[in-house]
Amino acid sequence: MLDLLRKLGHTAIDAIWRLGYAGRFFFLTLIGSGSSFRRFHLIIREIYYTGVRSLIIIVVSGLFVGMVLALQGYETLQRYGSSSALGVLVALALVRELGPVVSALLFASRAGSAITAEIGLMKATEQLSAMEMMAVDPIARVVAPRFWSGVISLPLLTAIFNAMGIFGGYLIGVVLIGVDEGSFWSQMQAGVDFREDIMNGVIKSFVFGIAVTLIAVFEGYDSPPTAEGVSGATTRTVVTSSLIILILDFVLTSFMFRGV
Amino acid sequence: MERTTLDLWVGIFVAAGMAAILVLALKVGNFSLNGSSTYPVYAYFDNIGGLKPRAPIKSAGVVVGRVAAIAFDQKQYKARVTLNIDKQYQFSKDSTASILTSGLLGEQYIGIDTGADDQMLKAGDTITLTQSAIVLEKLIGQFIFNKAGSGNHQ
Repeated sequence: MLDLLRKLGHTAIDAIWRLGYAGRFFFLTLIGSGSSFRRFHLIIREIYYTGVRSLIIIVVSGLFVGMVLALQGYETLQRYGSSSALGVLVALALVRELGPVVSALLFASRAGSAITAEIGLMKATEQLSAMEMMAVDPIARVVAPRFWSGVISLPLLTAIFNAMGIFGGYLIGVVLIGVDEGSFWSQMQAGVDFREDIMNGVIKSFVFGIAVTLIAVFEGYDSPPTAEGVSGATTRTVVTSSLIILILDFVLTSFMFRGV
Repeated sequence: MERTTLDLWVGIFVAAGMAAILVLALKVGNFSLNGSSTYPVYAYFDNIGGLKPRAPIKSAGVVVGRVAAIAFDQKQYKARVTLNIDKQYQFSKDSTASILTSGLLGEQYIGIDTGADDQMLKAGDTITLTQSAIVLEKLIGQFIFNKAGSGNHQ
């Protein structure tokens, strides 16, 4: 009984300790990013590995999510005789919610895990210590470029996801089912507002980008320098960032879309 | 430092992302560059029903502006609605503003019927002739009341 209590307390204190450490790590990353912006080719290189390499999965899943939305939406809308509102349904669902959330989840499992594994392995093979020995700050050289590459890539990936999803919805709704093309686009344009809907979606994906990449670089940097430690850290990255994305999404949605 | 194929891919990626945002803005959203060319006009209503900010203002079915704000006027006990009307449309001073519903269950909008006055509405003017939203419960209540009344006379 006492042992259980002790374990519980240890877990709680350890979690708070890690949270404080993560906060200090975030602060150091922001300080170190000044010098990494001066060597922008490092960030470009990381954008290639995190952003460009994730393009295929984002494009394909965006297309299929849009297609499924159109099929399901049409099923329900035609019961009320309002299948011409299919465009606005697909566009709002994608731009407000599914686009930012699904691309962030895909990004966390596709790029976040890779970042964690890479930094974790660098730590395990003592490359980070070697950098410190050469008076190179590993946070400025390794962590900050990866952090910024994620923050830049995710909003762009989300925009591509949204555009592909709407194209998929158009393919199914207009080309296959035969909803009127004019009302599909015009209802969409009447129902979607640039500032309220599209910009809020971009802000969401920006926040998710910060959260996901910060978790990824932190888990890698903090992982125990063993094979087990790196694998555990990679798993934790995917689990924690998925949970954080969904929780943050709720918080941001309740701020942005109060339903006036 | 020379150019690499990696730079090309990153360039393509960033350009594709920007293009996607542009497509969303122009094709999907109603992004308009002349967003500030409206003039405010006020109208007081006894009952606005389910009217919401950003609801369209239509005249002869054409959207001519949007509802900017809705507030409660403490002195007159009426709803004070701010209408942002597009600068290219002018309406006479004795225009009527009425709250209408598109379809049976559709969203509510403001319809403007222009009057015969030579003078046009200017920024900050108030539309005096208004017609409130039809509240379905009141309508049904009235109908039942009339029915009961006519039944007693027979």
